[in-house]
Amino acid sequence: MSETQYTKDHEWVTVDGDIATVGITTYAADKLGDVVYVDLPGAGTTVASGRVVGEIESTKSVGELFAPVDGEVVERNEAVIADPSMVNADPMGAAWLIKVRFTNLPDLLSAAEYEELTA
Amino acid sequence: MTEGEFSPLVRKENSVSESDLRPSPLDGVHVAAGAAFTGFAGWKMPVRYGSDLAEHETVRTAAGLFDLSHMAEFIVQGTHAAAFLDYALAGQASVIAPGRAKYSLLLADSGGILDDLVVYRLDDQRFLVVANAGNHDVVAAALDERQAEFDVAARDDTDQCALIAVQGPDTLAVLSRIESLVLPDQLTFADLKYYSIAEGHYGEIPTLVARTGYTGEDGFELYLDAAAAPALWAELVAAGAVACGLAARDTLRLEAGMPLYGHELSTDTFPVQAGIGRVVALGKPGDFVGRGAVEAGPPAGARVLVGLVAEGKRAGRAGYPVLRDGEVIGEVTSGALSPTLGIPIAMAYVDPDASAVGTELALDVRGTAIPARVVPLPFYSRKAAS
Repeated sequence: MSETQYTKDHEWVTVDGDIATVGITTYAADKLGDVVYVDLPGAGTTVASGRVVGEIESTKSVGELFAPVDGEVVERNEAVIADPSMVNADPMGAAWLIKVRFTNLPDLLSAAEYEELTA
Repeated sequence: MTEGEFSPLVRKENSVSESDLRPSPLDGVHVAAGAAFTGFAGWKMPVRYGSDLAEHETVRTAAGLFDLSHMAEFIVQGTHAAAFLDYALAGQASVIAPGRAKYSLLLADSGGILDDLVVYRLDDQRFLVVANAGNHDVVAAALDERQAEFDVAARDDTDQCALIAVQGPDTLAVLSRIESLVLPDQLTFADLKYYSIAEGHYGEIPTLVARTGYTGEDGFELYLDAAAAPALWAELVAAGAVACGLAARDTLRLEAGMPLYGHELSTDTFPVQAGIGRVVALGKPGDFVGRGAVEAGPPAGARVLVGLVAEGKRAGRAGYPVLRDGEVIGEVTSGALSPTLGIPIAMAYVDPDASAVGTELALDVRGTAIPARVVPLPFYSRKAAS
């Protein structure tokens, strides 16, 4: 599995073969506050990078999940849908959101570049 | 999805440059506690310390602590203080007994709401008027302009006054542990009735102790000199109160059906539309600013404020359309997934013929129509106070 990469939309991506796992960063989860509702695309959904594919709602606001890659969703994290507070508890791990079989992987940010963005 | 609906995970207003904001006198305390901050009416205020849901629950079940030092405080005094406030505000200040308080409104000539505020009568000729931070300048100007014919002075204490609220069922127990916080005349905190105020002391520091709040729970608000606020805050934390941010304050007041200026109230809103027509004392003698317009009432068909409960878990948010049979008949002003009730709740302005309790409507949640029903406000009431 690759090193974790990031997007300017505060998502993280790890790549394993042609599968990209996507979640939101700790920074984004902290900014959102307590997450109370998560809407994610189901397996088979075609996604295009930069397009909205889901929603993450906290008590205070609604954040949109952008697809960071082009491809097809192969799995969504049903545990997070059932218990959205997982996003606050472990945004970079257990609360991954979707896995996408990608056809195109755009340039993403390194950890250092992302850190600079949120400094 | 159009560009206008673009809402990134991290909103710009959440990351507003803190250097442009005014710190609360308790800023150091909040930073040390690891608070996340938000810009609110030009102030840098804590939005949450950890989990806003946990903070919300603390206020419903124990005791929460809020820094409200951004609120605006004015001391109105003089031989005509009561008559002046009867003229300047919509309520009847002259009938408030010393030591009691009343929710009131500052109206424009047009009948619209310039601010909602709490008026405390400290003694015969002296009142404390507490206004929203965002309306500080409007209220200061109105109090100034409207006093021409009265022997009265309005002193702006906002800069030196800190405001700490303790809210929740354990508030009395928490306050009783603060030995240096005392009320006059051997009053106990329990003696102070809801919507009352007493001039107490925290050590040597004069402290106004009011049994008021904005959460739907029993609670107190403490007004004292900014320099003394950090010590009192620390004592309250040690006594068991848990620091809570503005995020929890907003969901608490929403559940309690309390309007928030800028959401449910505005210069375009008549009190009667917001369901607070009773706050306007039309029976009081003499003229007051906005009387003519309020007596004439809003235009026929003006929308009215209702409570809505929706299906599922997606909340309607401020600005979302309210639909009936696919047609827009209103707009949400505040909404959230109620932390206490676990269902989406919202306040909204709707056409009068869609405002009856039980009316089936829908919320347009980012393109999806979600069934919703008109319910009475508030959404949440605490059990009768013992």
